[in-house]
Amino acid sequence: MTADKQLEKINDESGSQYGKGRSPMQDAFREFRRNVIGVAGAIFIILVVIAAFIAPVLTPYGFAQQNILENRKKPMDTYVITTDYAEENCHWYGTPMEWGCTVYLAGSDALGRDLYSRLVYGARVSLAVAISASSVSLLIGLIYGTIAGYAGGRTDNLMMRIVDFLYAIPQLPIIIMMTVYFKALARRGVNTGFMGSLISLNKSTGGLLFVFIAIGALNWIGMARQARGQVLSYKEKEFVEAARAIGAKSGHIITKHLIPNVIGPLLIIESMAIPGYIFLEAALSFIGLGVDPPTPSWGSMINEGYAGIRSNPHLVLFPGAALTILTLAFNFMGDGLRDAFDARLRGR
Amino acid sequence: MFRFIVRRLLMAIPVIFLVVLATFVLVHGMPGGPFDAVGMRAMPEHIRIVLERRYGLDKPLYQQFFQYLWNLIQGDFGPMFRQPSQTVNDIIAQTFPVSIQLGTLSVIVAFTLGIPIGIIAALNHNTPVDYTATFLAVVSRSIPSLVLGPVLIYIFAVELDWFPIAFWGADPPFFLGVFPEFTKEFWMHAILPVFSLGTGMAAGIARLTRAGLLEVLSSDYIRTARAKGLRERVVITVHALKNSLIPVVTTLGPMLAAIMTGAFITETIFAINGMGRRFVNSIGQREYFLQTSLVLIYGILLISGNLIVDILYAWFDPRIRYD
Repeated sequence: MTADKQLEKINDESGSQYGKGRSPMQDAFREFRRNVIGVAGAIFIILVVIAAFIAPVLTPYGFAQQNILENRKKPMDTYVITTDYAEENCHWYGTPMEWGCTVYLAGSDALGRDLYSRLVYGARVSLAVAISASSVSLLIGLIYGTIAGYAGGRTDNLMMRIVDFLYAIPQLPIIIMMTVYFKALARRGVNTGFMGSLISLNKSTGGLLFVFIAIGALNWIGMARQARGQVLSYKEKEFVEAARAIGAKSGHIITKHLIPNVIGPLLIIESMAIPGYIFLEAALSFIGLGVDPPTPSWGSMINEGYAGIRSNPHLVLFPGAALTILTLAFNFMGDGLRDAFDARLRGR
Repeated sequence: MFRFIVRRLLMAIPVIFLVVLATFVLVHGMPGGPFDAVGMRAMPEHIRIVLERRYGLDKPLYQQFFQYLWNLIQGDFGPMFRQPSQTVNDIIAQTFPVSIQLGTLSVIVAFTLGIPIGIIAALNHNTPVDYTATFLAVVSRSIPSLVLGPVLIYIFAVELDWFPIAFWGADPPFFLGVFPEFTKEFWMHAILPVFSLGTGMAAGIARLTRAGLLEVLSSDYIRTARAKGLRERVVITVHALKNSLIPVVTTLGPMLAAIMTGAFITETIFAINGMGRRFVNSIGQREYFLQTSLVLIYGILLISGNLIVDILYAWFDPRIRYD
């Protein structure tokens, strides 16, 4: 081995001063890559995201395609269909996957809809909630917490009092009442003004928008507390003082010095909160307040199936398994990220 | 400490007031009223007007609100519109104890499972025992009660037929209002819902106990305790355990809230006649008083739960002083 190569190797391993240094971010990613389970979770999530995007390709039938004569079929049951029906409705007709048109891979539900297709489409709802709820709560929480922490004094006190208040209210009942309210308005068909545009937007997302609003409206408070705590600890640091000394404005300090430092830990916390959002959406859909039928959500599928669990357990067990596995993947990834990024918490 | 409790209770009053106000406005703001229909038909106009006047729904909203508050202070939660034979007080008297029983048992299960598992995992740090326990904790944290309930029903009630599929094994009236008769029937009915509600919390507690104990075990005072020759068991139980539970206590508040939240689902799945199921069932109706009162009770439960957690916190960690 030549000296150069040796040096390169040393640089690779230690990020020494001779080569290009590694940022803490790169360090953390190296650490994360070593965590097999965490990486497996991340890869699984990416696969699910891809599957959700190309759901029409992966599924033989549309999620609302009913075949009432063939309802409540067991998994892997074959069923009799006419060529016309298959040609018209089956996306796999005329492809090598054509056998999927005549077999219910995961059975069919009470309306004769292909459960496998609905499962794949159902991933869209869970992922959409995971992404939107976490980004909304991160955005609001970050801005709110940063302002409170940076302003300090009376502003901080007032803003945190509001957070304390929101923290003390029973969230789920309020979320439920809010969703009921939105849905009742939507059923009424208000089509003027701000509410009207919200309702039409909600319709185009299959009823998801109100779930986003309801979940996002209350889940930023934990994030705001975390952001404020982080900002408080950073704003007394020397580099902030140095920036202020050379005349940097508050906006500059917040966007260039505080937020880049604060956002890492918040992302980790947010990634660990995602399973909670997925649960919440499933719970709302379960009690009939989530997505509007026929859009499939795993929670509403469990709701449709659990009354008949004695005769058709697959109607509950498949969506339940999907929900659990996705959450497990998010938990594995979140734990791995936290271990990698937050040395203090490592091993917990 | 006494002053702290009083201050917290005083601070709770505006919170409760605003929660009630918000719910009241939200509920009354929904389109439609409780007497819009009889079955599938529209209610005749003149009957609807009489009924609404009977319940004071024709008055301005602020008058209704203050009337409701005034009744609340006198302990009257209001009438039920569609079940005139019962009042909201009756409903709460029936459902509240059941929810409390379910919740308390779940919390007990969570602690009796979670703390020992966490301790065992920490004492066998980085051994297969530890890995198994940690893995199990992550898995049970990832199964929502929404899934665990039906799965438990399918395995233990449908396939194995060990436990009943649904319902709660005790009916009101209860001893002192909350304590059921602890018969075999009660336990048989309780096991599945309690476990489906408590397992997730147990997993969280196990994880935090493990982490807390690991951290405490590497601290100086534990080394001192060992150095002076104490038996390992004494070191763990007397010196380490209480401090290692501090992280558990700090997250108890959110966990209790999660139990309350989970009860909505668990009670619905197991057809348990508790507050959560009552609330869920009332969603499509316009039972103004029932909905507002249930949210109020959940608010009170949450606030008192958080208060108890804070008191516990001071007891576990004497460095914390509230005054």
